Amino acid sequence: MHKIESKNVNFYYGENQALHDISLSMKTNTVTALIGPSGCGKSTYLRLLNRMNDLIDNTQMSGSILIDGNDIYAKNTNVDDLRKNVGMVFQKPNPFPKTIYENVAYGLRVNGITDKKLIEERVITSIEQVALWDEVKDKLKKSAFELSGGQQQRLCIARALAIKPSVLLMDEPTSALDPISTSKIEELIYELKNKYTIVIVTHNMQQAGRISDTTAFFYMGELIEHDTTKTIFTKPAIKQTEDYITGRFG
Amino acid sequence: MTKEIRLAKKKRRNQKIAFGLFSLISYAVVAILFVILAFIVIKGIGVISWEFISAMPSNGMTEGGIYPAIIGTLCLVLVSMVFAFPVGVLAAIYMNEYVKEGWPKKIIKQMTNNLAGVPSIVFGLFGMSLFVNKMGFGDSILAGGLTLGLLVLPIVIRTTEESLKAVDDTFRQASFGLGASKWETTSKIVFPIAFPNIITGLILSIGRVSGETAPILFTVAAYFLPKLPTSIFDQAMALPYHLYVIATSGTNIEASRAMAYGTALILIIIVLISNLLANALRKYYGKKVKMN
Repeated sequence: MHKIESKNVNFYYGENQALHDISLSMKTNTVTALIGPSGCGKSTYLRLLNRMNDLIDNTQMSGSILIDGNDIYAKNTNVDDLRKNVGMVFQKPNPFPKTIYENVAYGLRVNGITDKKLIEERVITSIEQVALWDEVKDKLKKSAFELSGGQQQRLCIARALAIKPSVLLMDEPTSALDPISTSKIEELIYELKNKYTIVIVTHNMQQAGRISDTTAFFYMGELIEHDTTKTIFTKPAIKQTEDYITGRFG
Repeated sequence: MTKEIRLAKKKRRNQKIAFGLFSLISYAVVAILFVILAFIVIKGIGVISWEFISAMPSNGMTEGGIYPAIIGTLCLVLVSMVFAFPVGVLAAIYMNEYVKEGWPKKIIKQMTNNLAGVPSIVFGLFGMSLFVNKMGFGDSILAGGLTLGLLVLPIVIRTTEESLKAVDDTFRQASFGLGASKWETTSKIVFPIAFPNIITGLILSIGRVSGETAPILFTVAAYFLPKLPTSIFDQAMALPYHLYVIATSGTNIEASRAMAYGTALILIIIVLISNLLANALRKYYGKKVKMN
């Protein structure tokens, strides 16, 4: 069974159709890269998976998206529960203006966990999971803004992991980072794959090639091709995909 | 070739003239401010003494001090802020975080802007008919403070809205993404980030409230009161009105001329101190917000 399964998804910003009939499925514990030129709809699609687009006024969606077999756009879906299960990491590192510790604890607290021991345990585990523990263990009570960009991004990933999601959405998580921080995040994604289903939007072809199992190429709001990353990068079935990957446009 | 050089020279010359003009104008603005300040300081510094700020006016307001007017103005600032700050901030939070884009929001916004453009004397009349007469507060600090509060409400709302808008949307999305509710997101993430800037609204309002004369004219200000107010239902003297009185309609205008400048100076100093205080507060919270 697929972890995430979208069928005939259309999405509109007002009159403007941003996604055309997207059907795309992802297996459990895989990394799927969404690639394509700016404005192709890949970020919009990503944001449908945790209903982040609900926050934008005047939008419309049709079709269905199933996660673990449940339609996340069904009337009886609890959006808060969905978002707990589907964590998100953003383009620019955006730690909250809180201490390092409280950044990770925030998600636990808003979900009603008050047991101090449990919170501490989860905070530590999450920070360890993103390989940040050694760097921050002595300054957990310091502001998260004191960390470097790459550390902040890993903290944001820890923040998402703390509430135990099973899916992780990443919207160009390394585009604001230097090469060393980027490679650390990539290694991390490779590790996290064992426990999480990851969907990542990236503009970096090499990155998609390095870290993903399957790659989906979006163009003008349509899903052009979705296959294993190896196939997409070596013998894509559709000429547009090949043109984009070899840098002939986009 | 020479033609091109000539053209380049001409361009450079025009640019120099334009920049020169701009800098001249900016310095002129600063200069005007300093001239006004210097004028008031020079004319008023002579009467400033401990007695001037701590004593009651005496001998037909030509001697003594302006203590009750200072206290009155401070009371008015306090009452108006206690009213306008929470109301304005909550209204702005509601407008910015909860109301969806659309024509009702546009209308409310337009109305808020219009409110900011209403002449202050109109607020005075309104305050008199609503607070003084209809609600029966009489001429009192409460009525005057509320009137002043209404006057600065648009300033508080607008600066709060701007501060909330300046908070990057990904903070909200990250918070929602963790399963936080709208209220948790607003109160625990968005508001603390915006708070240091919201204080700017407070600063502007305090300056405005302490200097306004028209709104207090019919609602609280007393020509002369030999005692301090004891409750918010008492009338009070206030600096801007006192200044008007001793400068235009006192018992002996010539004799109280220097005191008028002294009063103006005190008024400016109060506004300056409140600005400095609010600025310090903003800096303090700006640091603290990253830490809690």
